Amino acid sequence: MPKPRMIDPAPVSLAEKIIARAAGAARVSPGDIVTVKVDLAMAHDSSGPRRWRPKLEALGVGLWDPSRVVIVSDHYVPAVDEASAAILKDVRAFVRDYGVGHFFDMRGISHIVMPEHGLLRPGMLVAGGDSHSPNGGAFGCFIAGFGATDMAAIAATGETWLSVPATRRIEWSGMFAQGVSAKDIMLFLAREIGTENHNLVLEYAGPTVKAMSMDERMTLCNMAAELGADTAIIEPDATTLDHITAHGGTADASMLSHWRSDPGTDYEAVFKYDASALEPQVAAPHYPGNAAPASEYSATPIDQAYIGACVGAKHEDLEMAAAVLKGRKVRDGVRLLISPATTRTTERATTSGLLATLTAAGAILLPSGCGACAGMGHGLLADGETCISTTNRNFKGRMGHKGASVYLASPYTVAASAVAGEIVDPREYL
Amino acid sequence: MTDRPSRAWAFGDNIDTDVLAPGRLMKLSPEELARHCLEAVNPEFAQSVRPGDIVVAGRNFGLGSSREQAAVSLRILGVKAVLAKSFARIFFRNAINLGLPAIVFDETDAVSDGDEVELDRRRQRLLNRSRNASFELPPQAPAIAQILDAGGLVPLLERRLKREA
Ligand code: SF4
Repeated sequence: MPKPRMIDPAPVSLAEKIIARAAGAARVSPGDIVTVKVDLAMAHDSSGPRRWRPKLEALGVGLWDPSRVVIVSDHYVPAVDEASAAILKDVRAFVRDYGVGHFFDMRGISHIVMPEHGLLRPGMLVAGGDSHSPNGGAFGCFIAGFGATDMAAIAATGETWLSVPATRRIEWSGMFAQGVSAKDIMLFLAREIGTENHNLVLEYAGPTVKAMSMDERMTLCNMAAELGADTAIIEPDATTLDHITAHGGTADASMLSHWRSDPGTDYEAVFKYDASALEPQVAAPHYPGNAAPASEYSATPIDQAYIGACVGAKHEDLEMAAAVLKGRKVRDGVRLLISPATTRTTERATTSGLLATLTAAGAILLPSGCGACAGMGHGLLADGETCISTTNRNFKGRMGHKGASVYLASPYTVAASAVAGEIVDPREYL
Repeated sequence: MTDRPSRAWAFGDNIDTDVLAPGRLMKLSPEELARHCLEAVNPEFAQSVRPGDIVVAGRNFGLGSSREQAAVSLRILGVKAVLAKSFARIFFRNAINLGLPAIVFDETDAVSDGDEVELDRRRQRLLNRSRNASFELPPQAPAIAQILDAGGLVPLLERRLKREA
């Protein structure tokens, strides 16, 4: 558990505070290269054990602290062929051999599974073996994505180097119009501020963000990856603490006064936007920055609608889809595939009746995991097919054939498009 | 040390990790996966690239996934260095960790596909023989140069752990 400590009184941002604590320094400044101790290290079946084992063996060491290592199988689940079955078998053997402290086997997508078990807390410094690790910044921790060699080194030593990013504050005020959500903010930002926000932490703030649930805050932080930022972070508040304690984690109010950006923080920049003016957004192939109001792509026919991925299939994402699909049917000739982010998401949606609403509309339920988002599971696309998807990136060839087209949108927009058989503005369906 | 001149393979902005290492092929062995590197934008590349060649690109090279195979594939194909106007953070780290120099270079437009170039990383020089132009490259942070000089993060760590033992 990270402990607050006395720091230099000059104002610093939340991210700098966490990095300084992890580096054992009084303070750090953007551009400094520092060595930090990590509080938690996560990897999944694709990036973790199969890449770590040979490196750990070459170094002749085990895990620096098995109780601080999280392994999640989500990319190759459930096994679709011999190769994926073998990868999963190796993951399980690794977990046994190295005594990994937290293992979630086929329980859903890592970024959602971790907070579902209260593992992320304000002030932590977390290394994630996946590019969407910034998702966890919603909990007020500094969490960034790393590749396999970096992660293997972290697994062996508990340390890594960081180039301290500058903090950019992005404030949203105003209430969303009906049918608009956090996903639309991120697609809008991908166009507005681009995908090259290198060496930056995006700190989301403002009344719109304050009013958001943790599911929606995660969506904001998740897609910092698309914006090219090092990570994203949101100052913790009562919503954060309630979520952590409700999910078995420990949190207390003292975290709120310490783990925040100091008043007077000298941000790299402060951007301000009005959420009430935001329209539903759609990003055209093959680049998340190709975003525009959904109306600009209306009447684009679709073959598939996909509600899945860490960014787009949490409980509230399914609720948004259900708000549109209730009492409606998916258009003939279109397939709507839904892969809930975690098995707990499915459980909850079953109890609440949400799932029945979705399947009654004609949705086809898929297992929890990365699935088609990673181009690995079910629901891949053929040459020339078009899909509208709640996922976070639409690079060429990512969800199947390189001749397929993927449009990115919110769960509202994807569900409404599934009903229409073509891309539509969801506001007509609410 | 400058060896034989390298061929430059030029690419545009936003070369992503799915183009470098397609997700649907990630179960293949690294060697097989490397044969598909960049095929969505240049089908010639993986077939014809020779050890010592150099990749030059525009902005935001390597955006996307954390998959190290994006950098591994370039290594396997023998690419000596990647020069780009900017790099996505994780790709940059992955390349350095594997001992593949990723060099920020503003003037990649001064190198065309097929140009004959000579790169001297330590002296921070790039010579474009085809255009008879020479460039100074920006210095690398000591922490990064140290990893590259060791041949990657694992060899560096191996030495460190041995020293500590
Ligand atoms: S769901 Fe997609 S974006 Fe999220 S971790 Fe899995 S592959 Fe990555």
